[in-house]
Amino acid sequence: MNAVVEVIDGGTAVAVQDCGRTGYRSLGVPVSGAIDPFLMAAANALLGNAPDAAVLEVGLAGPALKALSGVLRISLAGNLGGQVVTSRGQARKIQPWQTATLLPGDTARIGANGGGVAYVGLSGGVDVPRQLGSRATYARAALGGIGGRYLAAGDRLACQVLSGDPWLESSGGSDWLEEEGALRVILGPQDDHFTAAALQDFLGRPWRVTRDMDRMGLRLEGHPLAHNQKGADIVSDGVVPGSIQVPANGQPIVLLADAQTSGGYPKIATVIRADLPRLAHLRPGEEIRFAAVDHAAARAALLRRTQTLALWVEGITTFRPPGVLDEGALYGGNLVSGAVRGDEPALYWNNPQGDCLACNHQPQC
Amino acid sequence: MTAIAHLSPRLLPLGDGAWTVEFGDAIEPAIHGRVLGFCRALETAAGSGRLPEVVEWVPAFRSVTVHFDPAADALALGERLAALATDSGSLAALGSRWRIPVCFDAECAPDLAEVAAARGLKPEEVVALLTGTVFSVYMLGFLPGFPYLGGLPPALEMPRLANPRKAVPARSIAVAGRMCAAYPWESPGGWRLLGRTPVRLFDPADATRPALLAPGDEVVWQAVDRGAYDDLERRAAAGSFDKETLKASAA
Repeated sequence: MNAVVEVIDGGTAVAVQDCGRTGYRSLGVPVSGAIDPFLMAAANALLGNAPDAAVLEVGLAGPALKALSGVLRISLAGNLGGQVVTSRGQARKIQPWQTATLLPGDTARIGANGGGVAYVGLSGGVDVPRQLGSRATYARAALGGIGGRYLAAGDRLACQVLSGDPWLESSGGSDWLEEEGALRVILGPQDDHFTAAALQDFLGRPWRVTRDMDRMGLRLEGHPLAHNQKGADIVSDGVVPGSIQVPANGQPIVLLADAQTSGGYPKIATVIRADLPRLAHLRPGEEIRFAAVDHAAARAALLRRTQTLALWVEGITTFRPPGVLDEGALYGGNLVSGAVRGDEPALYWNNPQGDCLACNHQPQC
Repeated sequence: MTAIAHLSPRLLPLGDGAWTVEFGDAIEPAIHGRVLGFCRALETAAGSGRLPEVVEWVPAFRSVTVHFDPAADALALGERLAALATDSGSLAALGSRWRIPVCFDAECAPDLAEVAAARGLKPEEVVALLTGTVFSVYMLGFLPGFPYLGGLPPALEMPRLANPRKAVPARSIAVAGRMCAAYPWESPGGWRLLGRTPVRLFDPADATRPALLAPGDEVVWQAVDRGAYDDLERRAAAGSFDKETLKASAA
């Protein structure tokens, strides 16, 4: 059954994304999809969704979503918080890495993300029609998502009505671990277009992140990389998210999720899949370094990254939000279960209408 | 420049999820024939389940990029791809020939007069050269459905605009260097605009063939006047235009 949320405020740079649109690259259609697929998987795992269910990717500031029908649940993955405001004006916080249940009339106001990207998941996934096999938004060709664009006030999103206990929220039990250190790359396909000194500089020197960044790519600046006699133009060939193009000015451009399918600049190297999402969290002025690895190391790194995610998912715990009666504790005779905290607005006990939360907000219960 | 066709195709790493198999370093029918031949071999191999880790492949002017599951053994796949590419031979053309209407009036062709003047031709001579050529679709890229067409007569070769336009109207027919192309979408662009087609070049609602053109197809531009252009554009917008009627024959 469908639940529906209305977008009260689209936030800034918020779009529907999923695992991306494969199978159409030979027609010039980029893959797009979540720029940090591991974080997207975390947002889905908190809700018990399939890992590839569509989510809202928050580029800068989160949206405000009002539940029109439900009950439904949202999740926050990444550096993102917010609050739920009920139709009666009561507010409660939503912590990062947690879920929050919305009753009809409740509005979730999601704040600005703390840099990088973050994700808002919806129970069952954001249900917009697939275009060319995917719900991923690709703005340049108006594909996927809602009209192929960022969220705007007035949009309506369908997701699934909660089944089961509506007041058992989920929370990430362990810290979200990101790899640190140099971004790992596989050299090529056009590393033979650069001088030996340039290859040494590429791996040996730091690169500063510029302000020039979007879902298509990220410009870096540093000691310019010199092309050899083969030059700075090639007959266009295939590119991927992670491709590091070096145009004639010697300053690298790393391509990201919305990368075009082909390009005419020599590509000195490609960031491996395990490290690619880290690029989406860089801030202007930050310095990064690259380190060359081989295919075996890249494969091992991806396996490790996937295992880290699986461990995090295993660590997800459930909890009763403040103010909700912990039935298990009640039946166990422990009446002071800690379920009613003094420091938070108590959802149930502050409810002047006395709505019953166990039966989906039916006052006549 | 002398084109170099590699005797054995080169296998180039494009990260941990793709190999680029390169057949030469130039835009040239013989090299592109190897590209099409390899694509045919990939289709056969994938169709019989011999490439389970391969996700998709993308033909370009002189190479094919093969995307695969990064959890698979890249080196083992690379060896199989290299062997397949060495033996796959050449394919002349495998697509359809399309006759696509183009309006060349001043509004649709803002650069026609300038290109004609620069090449010492009358505008109608430029149009005659364009419509008298059978173009080959080398690849799609840059934007969804954007075809790179080879075969431009040398008399029409022009450098890109020094100041690219912020917005090229959708469905513009354009030239730059030795290439001709058509913009499926409004986008920034530095190519010279010589006409406009009423035909949609990319239709996301058509999941089986969203792009009108495919690598290996041939294209002949057919001049239509403004009245016919407007009529076709209306029919295309209303969804009552069958693009199959543009198909002339197998190339």
